[in-house]
Amino acid sequence: MKEIIVLAEHRRGELRDVTWEMLSKGRQLAESMGAEIGVALLGKGVSQIAEALKPKAHRVFLVEDDRLECYNSETYEKVLTQLITERKPLLTLVGHTAMGMDFAPGLAAHLKMPLATDCIGIDAAGEAFSTTRQLYGGKVNATVSFLKKGPYMVTVRAGAFPVIEKGALPGEMVKLPSPLTDEGLAKRFLQYVEAAIGEVDITQADILVSIGRGIKEADNIPMVKEFADAIGGTLSCSRPVVDKKWLPKDRQVGTSGKTVKPKVYIAIGISGAFQHIAGMKGAGTVIAINKDPKAPIFSAATYGIVADLFKIVPVLKDKIKELKK
Amino acid sequence: MNIIVCIKRVPETADADVSIGKSGKDIDKSGLAFDLNEWDSYAIEEAILLKEKLGGTVTVLSLGGEDSNESLRKCLAMGADDAMRLTDPAFDGSDGFVIAKILAEAIRKISYDLILTGTQAEDDGYGQVGVVLAELLGIPHAALVNRLEVQDKKAKVHRELEGGLEEVYEIDLPAVLTIQTGINEPRYVSIMGIRKVAKKEIKTLGTSDLNLKVEEVGLSGSDIQLDKIFLPPVGEGAQMLEGKPEEIASKVFDILKDKGGLA
Repeated sequence: MKEIIVLAEHRRGELRDVTWEMLSKGRQLAESMGAEIGVALLGKGVSQIAEALKPKAHRVFLVEDDRLECYNSETYEKVLTQLITERKPLLTLVGHTAMGMDFAPGLAAHLKMPLATDCIGIDAAGEAFSTTRQLYGGKVNATVSFLKKGPYMVTVRAGAFPVIEKGALPGEMVKLPSPLTDEGLAKRFLQYVEAAIGEVDITQADILVSIGRGIKEADNIPMVKEFADAIGGTLSCSRPVVDKKWLPKDRQVGTSGKTVKPKVYIAIGISGAFQHIAGMKGAGTVIAINKDPKAPIFSAATYGIVADLFKIVPVLKDKIKELKK
Repeated sequence: MNIIVCIKRVPETADADVSIGKSGKDIDKSGLAFDLNEWDSYAIEEAILLKEKLGGTVTVLSLGGEDSNESLRKCLAMGADDAMRLTDPAFDGSDGFVIAKILAEAIRKISYDLILTGTQAEDDGYGQVGVVLAELLGIPHAALVNRLEVQDKKAKVHRELEGGLEEVYEIDLPAVLTIQTGINEPRYVSIMGIRKVAKKEIKTLGTSDLNLKVEEVGLSGSDIQLDKIFLPPVGEGAQMLEGKPEEIASKVFDILKDKGGLA
């Protein structure tokens, strides 16, 4: 039977959302090509997760081993090499996440599987696939196709595919022996480190005023802070501002920072990389200020203002102060 | 500690109005400024910081035409010792896998303890080269590294995960680490600094120097190809607030009162 295999991504006992998204997309592709969907789960003591996955796939391939308690590219590569070599799926789907980015390119090279990374679209044509991905920080999309024969691997952007509820699948449990031995690893997991807790919890704010690369210099931040204060908002930011050490990490909204759901989110000088949008799409109302009318942030905003932030923000501050009186 | 850093010169598009070029396979790059890929600027800085602490050399590699010398010289001005450019018309159309293969062949000729790359490139963002390079060289790797300490023949690395979490590994050297932005503060390079390295030789290597066959590189060696590019479909999009700044401010005030509970 032809098959598409999804790698379940989990961390500290919880499945990550990208798993459901891949299962949904994988099932749709499998149905369109008369194939079945399988899900691979690697871990230690993960039977509850396996149960949760059952209705979403024809087969759950379970590999349990104490050495799989925490993700490690070396152990994952060994286990998945065995699974893919045996099952020869048409397509293997992996999240384009901190985990997938760490092992998928190496595994694909090891197995000589053509790989397309960070895909936001996948189309099947016969037993071939073409993918859609983004270039230049999301300013353009590209169609990318495979030149060689499969089995193929695609890494999938988190949040790119919706989860569509469909009837339960058989979910046959297939327990596979672990190929891991006590042979030493060149890369050894030591521990997780939690994010430092800051003075301000931006996830609790009703109004967030968020700045991005467009702020240009640290010296320009007080101007936006004054505006935020005038409207009772809390200052937050996108990644470049933290990378430059202009604001602490606990102010960062996005995939690698915090997920926020304020009543109003004001994005100032933020172009709207998908990693940022993933962190703020739950906001009630989004007001975006950007000088580029094509900035992706406008697609994620309720209201848009095309303007130079250095001109509009002081006016916003003064006028709103005046109207509040 | 001998460190190799792989870098790429990319167009700056963050603030640019981007349009599709005539080929339909890339953007129109005329009029765009180019610079060292942002992730790579953190990788080269990290290499130089390690060299300053532990001694040794930093060698920079890039794949590309003569234009790439500009970015290689920037790295030399930052403190790298040597620069090498891998170039051949046959390399055109190479995907991430082939680029890693070309880099691996060049790196086999050099002695090294550590290889750093950016996690991904600003332009095509495959995020693939560093990890494949490690696989081809048969050495360990870690991607998305945002903290790094070297101790003897080992490194302690932090990988950036989602939601502010990090995972820490001990990794045997030599290894490939793909560097995440924010790991350090890349030093500023003055025009004077660039001038000082303007005459430094940048070695070039092509297919025949690298034990590669023409059919192994470029599009013929690649697993994937880009068929076309297009502008992303615009969704519902935002309702645009227009008018004089004061009028816009009044509308924002109304929205804040209505939706944000502005007192």
